[in-house]
Amino acid sequence: MEKNQYKDVFVYVEQREGQIQPVALELLGKARTLADSLNEQVVAILAGCCIKDKAQELIAYGADRVLVIDSPELKEYTTEPYAQAIHQVIEAKKPSIVLYGATTIGRDLAPRLSARVCTGLTADCTGLDIGEDGDLLMTRPAFGGNLMATIKCPEHRPQMSTVRPGVMQALERDDARKGEIETFEPAFDKSQFKVRVVKTVKSEKQSVDITKAKILVSGGRGVANKENFEKLGALADVLGGEVSASRAMVDAGVISHDRQVGQTGKTVRPDVYFALGISGAIQHLAGMEASEYIIAINKDKHAPIFGVADLGIVGDCMKIVPLLTEKLKK
Amino acid sequence: MNIVVCIKQVPDTTEIKLDPVTGTMIREGVPSIMNPDDKSGLEMALELKDKYEANVTVITMGLPQADAILREAMAMGADRAILLTDRKLAGADTLATSNALAGALRTLDFDLLITGRQAIDGDTAQVGPQVAEHLGLPQVSYVENLEFDGAKFTLKKWLEDGYQIVEVESPCVITVLSSANEPRYMKVRGIMEAFKREVEVWGCDRIDVDESKLGLKGSPTRVFKSFTKGVKGSGELFEVSETEAVEIIVNKLKEKHII
Repeated sequence: MEKNQYKDVFVYVEQREGQIQPVALELLGKARTLADSLNEQVVAILAGCCIKDKAQELIAYGADRVLVIDSPELKEYTTEPYAQAIHQVIEAKKPSIVLYGATTIGRDLAPRLSARVCTGLTADCTGLDIGEDGDLLMTRPAFGGNLMATIKCPEHRPQMSTVRPGVMQALERDDARKGEIETFEPAFDKSQFKVRVVKTVKSEKQSVDITKAKILVSGGRGVANKENFEKLGALADVLGGEVSASRAMVDAGVISHDRQVGQTGKTVRPDVYFALGISGAIQHLAGMEASEYIIAINKDKHAPIFGVADLGIVGDCMKIVPLLTEKLKK
Repeated sequence: MNIVVCIKQVPDTTEIKLDPVTGTMIREGVPSIMNPDDKSGLEMALELKDKYEANVTVITMGLPQADAILREAMAMGADRAILLTDRKLAGADTLATSNALAGALRTLDFDLLITGRQAIDGDTAQVGPQVAEHLGLPQVSYVENLEFDGAKFTLKKWLEDGYQIVEVESPCVITVLSSANEPRYMKVRGIMEAFKREVEVWGCDRIDVDESKLGLKGSPTRVFKSFTKGVKGSGELFEVSETEAVEIIVNKLKEKHII
């Protein structure tokens, strides 16, 4: 493999129903840093149907070039049409790096492509850097977050990774930025399109994006039940925050999965994170330890949560929370 | 209908602890289990077996001790078990693993291939889609429910903000979530029988794949370094009365200009 034929940092821009997903903008922000240190360009791959008008926005968020693939075949995401389109981009443009969001779409598409182009793929990266030799250093948690591993893809190109939403930070939108918009037209082999979407159903309840909350009031096993969880809700309301939970509470059916923080839930970094009755399993810590300020209340003074807390209180959160809520109301 | 289910033996990562002083991972005494998503994939296959008299084969790639999860799968109801084990497979990343499994699967006849969405030791969710690509089969990942009408599968696919219903004809590959079902327990009679029955042990000579695609030399990725996050410098810890605790929290929130 002639590695030096491959250059530029490509971002697969995930869109759903024509809406650019936040993770795509976060990836553009990271790609900008990587491309600058390589002295290369950031190229956004915008694939979908009737999405041309979104290209300029990607330039404002850091892309130097946008490849627009606009086709009715890409109206809804299924693996094969998207895999064919992105595969042809990779063959034609020879990117050095391709980044994808670690979403249900990115984690479906990227491994399919890694096998098609025969290159490595590192899943759910939390850190991306350029090494001294110019190779991409991809850092990710393993063993349920117990171990961090830095992975390289030394002899294959492109170097590919997925990154979970909320991990990287988008640049400030700058409409003065200049960039090029280019159309790319893949040749589709429709005989391979074998999966048909019958319908897409959005969950009925207003789903909340806890990754956007400035303050999160999060409960774990020590909160125990729905009734107690409502007291956490009252504290969140008075602070203008949202409630979230550890996996134990989701498994117990107390709260929905979209509010789960941790390895199998969401990665959050609010200004203040209240960890209430959460012991701090490593899987939970992986999703919240980047929070600006962590306040933990737990009965067990040896709970691992106190290892990451900025302020720890040994005590019963279900007694302290109502008092705190009352005090804050005044 | 012939169904193959790919399963993996994994350390129960919820049981792994870090040494609080050195920050290193304590591996001793951590039990090995059948990966939860795979177990739900197996349950889905066994439900099809109950309804349509499907034939269920389980396959794993791993060390000889992975025999344990194959016997567990047979005790749950699987008909045939294959252990793919060979020194040449050591050091495989996801791509090399998928090539080895695809090599084995090319020699089997199936209408439906099931894998778990992801394994709890790696959390990559890559091997299922990669196998599908090597075999040139359509894939549906994140499957929570499956219905079969004799010709096509109707699948419920989990999405972050809802779900999708998709249709696909056999043969195809699906990756299953552990939330799909409650896997059945092993039957006592099943356990006894499972230890009498044969687990087929396959080496690389038995599979249909170019050996350069296997093991460490077939792996594009390399672990450059690994480390634990170490012990974070602790913040302040208070053991005080509830009213004092409230005072402390309120003062900190004021200090941080939150209130």
